[in-house]
Amino acid sequence: MSDDVWYAQGTTPPAIESALRDLLADRHRRSAAFVPARVLNLVTIVDHEFTGEVENRLDDLRESNPSRLILCKVRKGQQSLDAIASIGSEGDEPVPGTVAVGREKIELTMAPRHVEALDTIVGPLVVGDLPTVVWAPHGYPEGVDALRRHAQVVLLDSQDEPGVQDALLRAQSLSEHLQVVDLAWLRSAPWRERVAASFDPPELRRALGSIVGVTVRHRYDSAAAGLLFCGWLASRLGWRASSLTADHGNRRGRLRARRGEVAVKLDAVELRSPGLGGVTIEAASGESVSLDRAPGGLRSVRRAGDGTEQTWTVLGASRGEVGILADGVRNALLHDELYQPSLRAAQAMSA
Amino acid sequence: MAVAAAAQALPNPLTEGLERLPVPPTTLSIFGATGDLARRKLLPALYNLAHEGALPQRFNLIGIARKEMSDEEFRGFAREAITSFSRRRPDPQVLEELLGRLRYVGFGFGDQDGYPKLKAAIEALDADAGMLLNRVHYLSTAPGYFGTIMESLKAADMNWHADVDVRVIVEKPFGSDLASARELQAVVSAAFREQQVFRIDHYLGKETVQNVLAFRFANFLFEPVWNRNYIDHVQITAAEDLGIGSRAGYYDASGALRDLVQNHMLQLLTLLCMEPPTSFDADKVRDEKVKVLDAIRPLRPDEVARNTVRGQYLAGAIGGEDVPGYLEEDGVPADSGTETYAALRLEVNNWRWAGVPIFLRTGKRLARKVTEIAVQLKPVPHMAFQDDGAVGVRPNQLVLTVQPNEGVSISMGAKVPGTRMSIRPVNMEFLYGTTFMSQSPEAYERLITDAMRGDATLFTRNDEVDAQWSIIDPILSAWHASEAPPEPYEAGSEGPPEADALLGAGRSWRTL
Repeated sequence: MSDDVWYAQGTTPPAIESALRDLLADRHRRSAAFVPARVLNLVTIVDHEFTGEVENRLDDLRESNPSRLILCKVRKGQQSLDAIASIGSEGDEPVPGTVAVGREKIELTMAPRHVEALDTIVGPLVVGDLPTVVWAPHGYPEGVDALRRHAQVVLLDSQDEPGVQDALLRAQSLSEHLQVVDLAWLRSAPWRERVAASFDPPELRRALGSIVGVTVRHRYDSAAAGLLFCGWLASRLGWRASSLTADHGNRRGRLRARRGEVAVKLDAVELRSPGLGGVTIEAASGESVSLDRAPGGLRSVRRAGDGTEQTWTVLGASRGEVGILADGVRNALLHDELYQPSLRAAQAMSA
Repeated sequence: MAVAAAAQALPNPLTEGLERLPVPPTTLSIFGATGDLARRKLLPALYNLAHEGALPQRFNLIGIARKEMSDEEFRGFAREAITSFSRRRPDPQVLEELLGRLRYVGFGFGDQDGYPKLKAAIEALDADAGMLLNRVHYLSTAPGYFGTIMESLKAADMNWHADVDVRVIVEKPFGSDLASARELQAVVSAAFREQQVFRIDHYLGKETVQNVLAFRFANFLFEPVWNRNYIDHVQITAAEDLGIGSRAGYYDASGALRDLVQNHMLQLLTLLCMEPPTSFDADKVRDEKVKVLDAIRPLRPDEVARNTVRGQYLAGAIGGEDVPGYLEEDGVPADSGTETYAALRLEVNNWRWAGVPIFLRTGKRLARKVTEIAVQLKPVPHMAFQDDGAVGVRPNQLVLTVQPNEGVSISMGAKVPGTRMSIRPVNMEFLYGTTFMSQSPEAYERLITDAMRGDATLFTRNDEVDAQWSIIDPILSAWHASEAPPEPYEAGSEGPPEADALLGAGRSWRTL
């Protein structure tokens, strides 16, 4: 079924909300099978000229698409508040006995001056009682700050900031008021799961107490993911996080563990996609575990204390950047108790 | 045993808080690996687990069937199965990596020479991995082979291992009546300890079935009315619009009561009626479920006729197309008395539920496919709107839909706009499809992972099976002894009209 659309220039939030309500009522009259999704509100603040790229990323989300998307396009020289409201559903008219899950989209074209008062524009447009998530991939921190009253979750990507230290500080500052979902943290999720699994066989758990070295290989722009991964290890294993020395994109340092020190290395490497490329963890006995990107999953190499090696592939498909964003939207509905302590440790390492 | 050793192991602080917990290194052997279940469900489920990184880091799969074929031929079979039936398009690299882990050992399940070959294949995979892997044997075969395979595994010393866990997954049906279930259990108990046995009822792997527990025990709103004081009756429906397809051989020997009521529908009943467990530990949950089953008094032979209805479909129409009657289906004996419809009235005789009738109905070729639990509350004690619009007032109904429109709806009376105080029932609905964004995993994905992890919460325990059959057995016996044929009903209808009388005065089945 095609989308139903309403458009107005120089409009107001109440007029937009009213028009959207009319669209929904009209659509429901025509098809009782149309049921609007009620998952969350996603408020996205973007530069008008780069809207297409963000819209493409959102379109790729498919079933992970948020139910009400409010796309705030900021355009220099714009004076009025213009809006397009649309509702639609994926696929054709549903077969009897099933429903068509509907999604709503409000595109707002606004002036830069509107951003600081974004709460007064967006507030009347969000679906009440649903979580509201803010994502500002092109900056606009003032817009995010303005929405603190309405939003419960902020979606960010620490990788997007020019400096990793500032990025982690910003995430820390936001997390005092909102739940933060950081795409850089989510890029490290499969690595955390696989490292945890590597040490899960009971006979290998003892090695966790005698780790002496951690090396993380990350893409040149993904230091945040690397630091958050190390922050996770430090917070889980009780290491005292302290500042690492940065040199040409690489970082080095030693963290205090219960039984000695852990040498931490973050190496920037060439990779096709953002995130981590590999992890090596070494124990005092000379044993080590390495995981690296490989076709069909991660190549795992386990070296025993006598130097013998075993290699295999840990199966798993890459989620790609679309999958990372989808995970970000999905994680907005969950509470991740690991992020905060990992962020604090990562921040200490980036200082 | 390895179970005890694992319990004494140091904790792994890295697993805490992770969304996906590690699964121990495992070699999974599927008996009946070229069968329909493996092709349509198990192999695609394993691919999806691989895709999501949810399989154990060290994982191997050995297919076992009577047919002789090479590893490569089995991989070809698996590739076709996964490509055809996976819920997502396979990633070629992950698929090839997974297929590389597949082996095949061909032998008849009764052939004692085959098991040492299987054992050697498992041990060779241990040697490749440089470590001992847990063993999970999945019995995806005709039920007649369950006992043979279990005994043979024991005879080949494959039922336990000093250093790793050995588990066995058993498909339904577990027995065909109480006596055969107990007979089979005796064989199982001789070969495996109960904690090694994972009896599958795939309904329990469905998100919406698990949501019955979340709905009941994560919401304070419903608990005060969840008892005999407020609930008038419960209807549990598992209706299908399809016929028996190519399953005539199985279905004619089984019938609706064994096929759906003994397992899936009694599972729904126990989840609906159980007391809150003190924790979601496997045995705590199953203890509570067994208490519910134990509280259902089996019907006496003289009670069966007035508390049950069995039916068989005649020719009719579904979706505008003519369909044959059961007796005209391919492979069904012309004089078959097998029921394709069953309706039951049961009561849970405990403090919470005494006197609340629980009606179960299931059938093939009914008007619509739907699985739901409908809880009807009692009417309001006094009708204040008697003169003005009471005709529209209905008792509240709470419906948990398992499929196809998964969700929960609550009906309530609301005032019709206008000058009169007219009331009409309206629905408040929660639909899974509109409220969560992630795609639900297939039931088998969850269940296979749980079995490999040793979590038996969503599997049926021995005493649960026994209690289920204790309820069903008297009905089967009475039906078997009866000379009356099943009540006929037209395909595409609501079932035999005789089922209406089961409900008693003032009640009616929910329209399909």
